[in-house]
Amino acid sequence: MISALSALLVFQLAGEVLARSLSLPIPGPVIGMLMLFVALVLRGGPGEELQTTSQNLLQHLSLLFVPAGTGIMVHLHRVSDEWLPLLVSLLVSTLATLIVTALVMKLCQRHPAATGETP
Amino acid sequence: MTQEISQIWVYLSASPLLGLTVTLLAYQAAFALYRRSGNNPLANPVLIAVFILVLFLTLTATSYETYFAGAQFVHFLLGPATVALAIPLYTQFKRVRSMLLPVLAGLLAGSLTAIVSAVLVARLLGASDSTQLSLAPKSVTTPIAMGIAERIGGIPSLTAVLVIVTGILGAVGARFVFDAMKVRDPAIRGFAIGIASHGIGTARAFQVNEQSGAFAALAMGMNGALTALLVPWIAAYLINIG
Repeated sequence: MISALSALLVFQLAGEVLARSLSLPIPGPVIGMLMLFVALVLRGGPGEELQTTSQNLLQHLSLLFVPAGTGIMVHLHRVSDEWLPLLVSLLVSTLATLIVTALVMKLCQRHPAATGETP
Repeated sequence: MTQEISQIWVYLSASPLLGLTVTLLAYQAAFALYRRSGNNPLANPVLIAVFILVLFLTLTATSYETYFAGAQFVHFLLGPATVALAIPLYTQFKRVRSMLLPVLAGLLAGSLTAIVSAVLVARLLGASDSTQLSLAPKSVTTPIAMGIAERIGGIPSLTAVLVIVTGILGAVGARFVFDAMKVRDPAIRGFAIGIASHGIGTARAFQVNEQSGAFAALAMGMNGALTALLVPWIAAYLINIG
């Protein structure tokens, strides 16, 4: 577990250094994820330890958002000023994004299959 | 006796131990509820845990800063967890490669929809310019969204809250939307939830299905990068036509 955690931290650190030195708009951990992905492709897969550690970490990914989410208590007054446009906008936009993304993907996926199965 | 208790409280409320412990306890309670509901999306564990914690902190008159001094140890793990998303991504790489066209088309369409619809609806309902700008990056993961908001003249801390609410809305609503649309492919379900509601959606996707989770992680990463590129000029354009 220790070696797997170290590997994750090393990639995060490398990503952070790269993001800051090149002033990229993407945060360090995301760049670290891309670099680890490339490393996995080159090495032909993760070791058993990295596999189990990351699985344990990702199983409770939602826990990691709880501290930031609790920050809503600081902004309650600001949110309450414009709560109606905010809530409607978030609701409509989130639903529209889910629908449009899924619809476009479904259409793009069906096309080649449909032409392949000409009767 | 009461004095002793209040002394213990003074000690506890100043140490990071309390913030960390209540975060884990609240999450454990929320997760048990979620499991008991049969993983019902309405019983979203982030939503319930945040509700418990806000209630607890308000009742004990504890400030968010004090709480966060302890909770930051959990918050910190977001970084390594993001890096760890590379592993399911690698496992599902074959499927991703075979779906390159739908993935890229879905990314572009979804990313544009998320930005434009949020700003336009808020504008129609009379939200202020700075609120509209804070809304524009709401579908991407918190650090990227806050960076974008800062660059375009939004309010970064407001954006952080909107990002979390968006994540919860997507995680709660996605199943009903997809079932109504008869979308059954776990890859498409995962990818769409990752585009609309970043890491919180991805967390939900992993709890349902490994393939969904991998596609959600992919969508979250790609949408973060694309939104960072798109929002500055889309937002400027949308605000100027008003």
